[in-house]
Amino acid sequence: MRDFYGVTLATPMMLGTARYPSPAVMEKAFRESGASVVTVSLRRERGAGQAFWDIVRGLGIHLLPNTAGCHSAREAITTAQMAREYFQTDWIKLEVIGHADSLQPDPFGLLEAAEVLCADGFKVFPYTTEDQVLAAKLIDAGCRVLMPWGAPIGSGMGLNNIHGLRSLRAAFPDVAMVIDAGLGLPSHAAQAMELGFDAILLNTAVAEAGDPAEMARAFALAAQAGALAAVSGPMGQRDMAVPSTPVIGKAWL
Amino acid sequence: MKIEVNGAPRDVTATHLGTALIELGWAEGRVATALNGSFVPQAARDDTPLSPGDRLEVLTAMQGG
Repeated sequence: MRDFYGVTLATPMMLGTARYPSPAVMEKAFRESGASVVTVSLRRERGAGQAFWDIVRGLGIHLLPNTAGCHSAREAITTAQMAREYFQTDWIKLEVIGHADSLQPDPFGLLEAAEVLCADGFKVFPYTTEDQVLAAKLIDAGCRVLMPWGAPIGSGMGLNNIHGLRSLRAAFPDVAMVIDAGLGLPSHAAQAMELGFDAILLNTAVAEAGDPAEMARAFALAAQAGALAAVSGPMGQRDMAVPSTPVIGKAWL
Repeated sequence: MKIEVNGAPRDVTATHLGTALIELGWAEGRVATALNGSFVPQAARDDTPLSPGDRLEVLTAMQGG
């Protein structure tokens, strides 16, 4: 099993903390999901930070601060440095956004920031695309985990480019990979795990569900099922039907 | 002197970041700081001088995905 900078996660679930109807609902969703990792961000202090931080700390799982909303390497680097001090972890989910509508990563800014942060001792989890060239350069920069998108953040579309994701998975068999962003349904999570990815990261699909806690549980079960399938040798696909019931011995009627 | 704190104009008498944070009400708060776009570690705040027009960011934990 691939690890995350030396850490083996108990479950393949990473869950975000945004957009829940209330802190209590968020806590319940985390409990039901069995998430191993919680993502958080840093924003301007307006008085509510401490209470939120206390809830997150109480979850007792790994913290993954993000650089969400950063549109340049410089912004992301400064945010990562602030996050490391505040959250007391060298893990950072590195987001450098390049496009306002798709929230697609800026590959050039992402690589620049990854190089600086890896050299500075950060354990970088880059939010990236399925691009293999970029992936190779991020790995060269020192990234030991990649977080390719399934689809644009918050879109719920699932895995938009299965061929690209499958190729990425095959190209770097030793690198832990998390499908981050775009998952909308538990079946998407199962599909990601069936493809051999090591974890999923989701937020909106749970937080904006009618019942976030139950949806969190559904995602957890689906991810578990997909992971089990991935190590159980899925059958090959065929173009033609093959009868599953033996033909030999069938009566002549 | 006039500086910008989290995007809003503020008047402070403090000449250094550490004392400015106390003056601005964050004496007890757990925050992370950046001055003019660069991270200032907690241990360096007392030795970081302020100049008029400086842009100070004071951040805390928030929800994120």
